[in-house]
Amino acid sequence: MTPISITHILLLSTSLFFIGMYGFFTRRNLITLLMSVELMLNSVNINFVAFNKYLFPEKLDGVFFTIFVITIAAAEAAVAIAIIINLYRSHQSIDVEDAGEMKF
Amino acid sequence: MEIREIIFYIIAAFVLGSGIMAVSTRKIFRSAIWLLSTLIGIAALYFWMDLEFIAAVQIVVYVGGIVVLIIFSIFLTHKSGDEMPKIAIKRKLPAAFAVLFAFAFTANLLLHNSFALSATKSFDLSVDRIGTLMLTTGDGGYILPFEAVSMLLLAAMVGCIVIAMKIKKEEQ
Repeated sequence: MTPISITHILLLSTSLFFIGMYGFFTRRNLITLLMSVELMLNSVNINFVAFNKYLFPEKLDGVFFTIFVITIAAAEAAVAIAIIINLYRSHQSIDVEDAGEMKF
Repeated sequence: MEIREIIFYIIAAFVLGSGIMAVSTRKIFRSAIWLLSTLIGIAALYFWMDLEFIAAVQIVVYVGGIVVLIIFSIFLTHKSGDEMPKIAIKRKLPAAFAVLFAFAFTANLLLHNSFALSATKSFDLSVDRIGTLMLTTGDGGYILPFEAVSMLLLAAMVGCIVIAMKIKKEEQ
């Protein structure tokens, strides 16, 4: 068996990205859609860190991108959950099929 | 096989297994718990790559923040224990095919690509280096995105309050 290289890590992050994408395609509940998006963002973070560590170890750009992606993901989750709870108050459901109109 | 490789495979199996469970289980609360263990596994992968700072940020922000937020919103919108409706096979099958094809395509690209590894230089991820670079205006400095993200967080905070605020009925 070959030693662990960047290819193994990239294969792991690719699998995780497409697992998240499968969840995004099949789920019909807004909270689970948000969870699938979090999985995809995490796999992208793994890619940034792996490229930074193995290909350009003298720089830190990938690490900074990871930190910023984590920050923006936190902000995005907070706003999305505020929207979901507001939608639940007005529609009594958070299924995407029931959220057809975008009226106030 | 070295112990380091065995640990990598254990972490990979843990992450992928709990990721698959997170997108396929029908109880939404269990799905959130599987997501939690996926995120912990990713933090373990960062520890495996000797990136302690990123692993700590991952645990603090994701496990301590986002998953707790998701669990609270599940409690606010669902009865605990009820199952989500079954997904029709005619929706599951095309999604699985599309995802498997895309994964095979990307994995094929990855396996036939050779990366120009630079093993000579050492990777220095000390916290004081991160802090210095984060607030440097010169070459390789990240102060502009830092300030932009701080504005974004402020805007997200105000936006959350405005969206989730209860609108009082106008008194007639």
